Amino acid sequence: MQVFKGVKLASGETTDITVEGSNVTKVGKTKESGLDCSGLIALPGFVDLHTHLRQPGYEASETVLSGSRSGAAGGYTALFAMANSDPVADNASVVEQVFKLGEEAALLEVRPIGAVTKGLAGTELSALGSMANSTARVRVFSDDGHCVHDPLVMQRALTYVKSLGGVIAQHAQEPKLTEGSQMNSGELSTELGLKGWPSVAEESIIARDALLAEQAGARLHICHLTTAGAVDVVRWAKARGIQITAEVTPHHLMLTDDLVRSYDPVYKVNPPLRRREDTLALREALIDGTIDIIGTDHAPHSSDKKDCEWEQAAFGMVGLEHAASVAQEVLVESGASDWQRLSEVMSSKPAEIGSLEGHGRIAEGLHANLVLVDPAASRTVAAVTNSLSSNNPFAGMELMGRVVHTIFRGKFSLRDGKVKNA
Amino acid sequence: MKHLTSIRELDSLSAIAILDNADELGAVNAREVKKLPALRGKTVVNLFYENSTRTRISFEIAAKRLSADVINFAAATSSVSKGESLKDTAQTLEALGADAIVIRHPMSGAAHTLASKGWISGSVVNAGDGSHEHPTQALLDALTIRQLKKSGSDLAGVNVLIVGDIQHSRVARSNILLLSLLGAQVTLAGPETLLPKTFLALGCEISHSFEEALSSKPDAVMMLRVQRERMQGTFFPSEREYAAKWSLSGERFKMLGSETIILHPGPMNRGFEISNEAADDPRSAVLTQVRNGLAVRMAVLYKLMAGEG
Amino acid sequence: MPLRTVLDSSDISRAIKRISHEILEANSGSGDLVLLGIPTRGVELAERIDTSLADIDPGYVSNLGVLDITMYRDDSLDAEREIRPTQIPNNGIDDKVVVLIDDVLYSGRTVRAALDALVDIGRPRQVKLAVLVDRGHRELPIRPDFVGKNLPTSAAERVNVMLANTDGSDQVVIEQ
Repeated sequence: MQVFKGVKLASGETTDITVEGSNVTKVGKTKESGLDCSGLIALPGFVDLHTHLRQPGYEASETVLSGSRSGAAGGYTALFAMANSDPVADNASVVEQVFKLGEEAALLEVRPIGAVTKGLAGTELSALGSMANSTARVRVFSDDGHCVHDPLVMQRALTYVKSLGGVIAQHAQEPKLTEGSQMNSGELSTELGLKGWPSVAEESIIARDALLAEQAGARLHICHLTTAGAVDVVRWAKARGIQITAEVTPHHLMLTDDLVRSYDPVYKVNPPLRRREDTLALREALIDGTIDIIGTDHAPHSSDKKDCEWEQAAFGMVGLEHAASVAQEVLVESGASDWQRLSEVMSSKPAEIGSLEGHGRIAEGLHANLVLVDPAASRTVAAVTNSLSSNNPFAGMELMGRVVHTIFRGKFSLRDGKVKNA
Repeated sequence: MKHLTSIRELDSLSAIAILDNADELGAVNAREVKKLPALRGKTVVNLFYENSTRTRISFEIAAKRLSADVINFAAATSSVSKGESLKDTAQTLEALGADAIVIRHPMSGAAHTLASKGWISGSVVNAGDGSHEHPTQALLDALTIRQLKKSGSDLAGVNVLIVGDIQHSRVARSNILLLSLLGAQVTLAGPETLLPKTFLALGCEISHSFEEALSSKPDAVMMLRVQRERMQGTFFPSEREYAAKWSLSGERFKMLGSETIILHPGPMNRGFEISNEAADDPRSAVLTQVRNGLAVRMAVLYKLMAGEG
Repeated sequence: MPLRTVLDSSDISRAIKRISHEILEANSGSGDLVLLGIPTRGVELAERIDTSLADIDPGYVSNLGVLDITMYRDDSLDAEREIRPTQIPNNGIDDKVVVLIDDVLYSGRTVRAALDALVDIGRPRQVKLAVLVDRGHRELPIRPDFVGKNLPTSAAERVNVMLANTDGSDQVVIEQ
């Protein structure tokens, strides 16, 4: 039995949480002694609907184990692993392999995401049903890294996935408008001589897919929203009653394209960093519910893929270990929202979209998947973390909030800031 | 100043100082002993990932006139074609004692990356990176305009018109920045598909009519080389249509003032963006540009490398 | 910072006149003389010696120029490396008697650079050196032919030469 004494809940109430076995058995003051957690905030363990664990195929950048360690350090008790591995997770055996690796790591729940199309090629549907029925019980499907750009394929996929009780997570990027694109399209891309990635390439796909989802009566999730225009489209779709949800990354909430002046590939990401007006619109949308969740899009890359010319470099940034701090900055420190909302966007809503049980709530009888955060601590974000990769654009920045303990199914996966060893 | 990768690294005083020094160094190129010992014992590497005989030779002669040793690293024929990373190439050159690397590369930002990643201890000179910048070209253009227009130490009051494929031109970008820095008024002219309005943010004017731009009587007209591959990239319907509207020829050529100078970064596509008539006209300053290119590169190498150690 | 004036305006005028006489005497007249001032203050000194020679010798033909040695320096100063113009008189320096003129002779490195510069311009018959002040502390085997004043100094002292056209007044002061 483990008692966490004197924690503050998202509601603001201070109480004790008792954990026995893998469950929470009591939320309320108890005479039992336990771990002194005064000053810490207890939230349901975070759930990331958008992580790249790179295994199989790119183990130099990350593995399921190292990604799990990084997730645990960031307060995550569940990660959804994107399908753009090598081989692609477009069939039952790959997703079952990833699922098994997650169970072996035993630090958090790894839920593999299945590719929408075979090989992410965008033409034939992958083995969607067989992945849904596998031990990995896939419910989220995505070609992330690529856009399901063919409208007919997307239409068919939405209908099919609906019958599986799943959701498609679309990476919205019209390929014909973004061939060779390197950074946000605008005055800066003109000055720097880098090919632009225009917002219309994102917004047009979202609008199209929202209408397709409406027609199919299916759920649709949009990955990494980045523009004010995209927020407008999602708002319009929700007002229309379309079952659409949207996600934003920590980096798009805080970083802007002027960082690209340095030509440092640590700022290279797809979709790209945008303007200040866009980050402000995204923050507003996260607070008012137009955007439902924060998804890290944790995209580790080994140093040779980032220690080079901009155009040569890979797209992507790591994010698991500082997402909570960014969420705290944007929602709590800003005064614009609260811990309750933070808990929704980091935990309960992603669990809901991913049809994930056992996460997202702290209550008696439920699995003990918790994170304890010290909101008053400020720390300098490190480049080198539990991830195998250090492509972190926040490295060196001071952020508020430190994840102290992460509890997965009743056991510490992270204790006092140290990840539990196997 | 350690590197020259972008005009943004200069302010008007340092830019004028380079032009002034180039004027003096130009005189060396006119005497019998065309050598100065200033960079004796130093090694300059020309790291060219793109073919460019003219620019490479210009830098090579400039370095040799200052008594430096020169190594030409033509990336196509070396280990780079086997996929060696820029980092590894740079560190190899560092181990071989390169004091300066002059880099021409097809990717924007490559010079800045080479200069800022901490791989080398020497100086970096950008000889053209993707569509980003070509600072020494702008410096030689500014020097040429300054000499021929006798505008004083800077270019205050001078109107310059740059014509052609602005979108993909590193020569245009560096010139816009430098000419404005020196007080000139810059106007860009080209078809809309090759001249987006985001260029206004750099402090110049835009015209989509060559005739209209010429009617305001610019002091200098700079014709950019047009890459014929662009024509296939759906930027423009055909070469003929491009030449019909945007070449310096015929009636448009007759609109030039008697004191207007004609500039071209070279090599020229005679009969395409510039007619033979214009190229051979006495107002064409192309050869002066080449001479100034040598002097400017001497001034830049001297400024970055003399006194370092 | 205590200042001590070691040469005043009339001392300087007398020195220029004396140097001019010595140049003519050593050269047995003014034939084939070329005066080259080393910037900055060597230039004004050369101009004044040139004027003085014209006053003394009616047959004097001026061959006055400027020799900038920035590109021949052997030290790595951080100072702004502004290259000043070099102006060689029309008849050149080949087979001429070149008199290099500078305000202060100290380590000798400036003169060494000037000799290298001369070699790249032509082949003088003779090269001589005229300085207003010799403050000692030579680091190279260089000696002046004509000196305004010998001024033993310590390395900690600064010798400031001021000339009328360049600085507004004529004086040489030492700063401790």
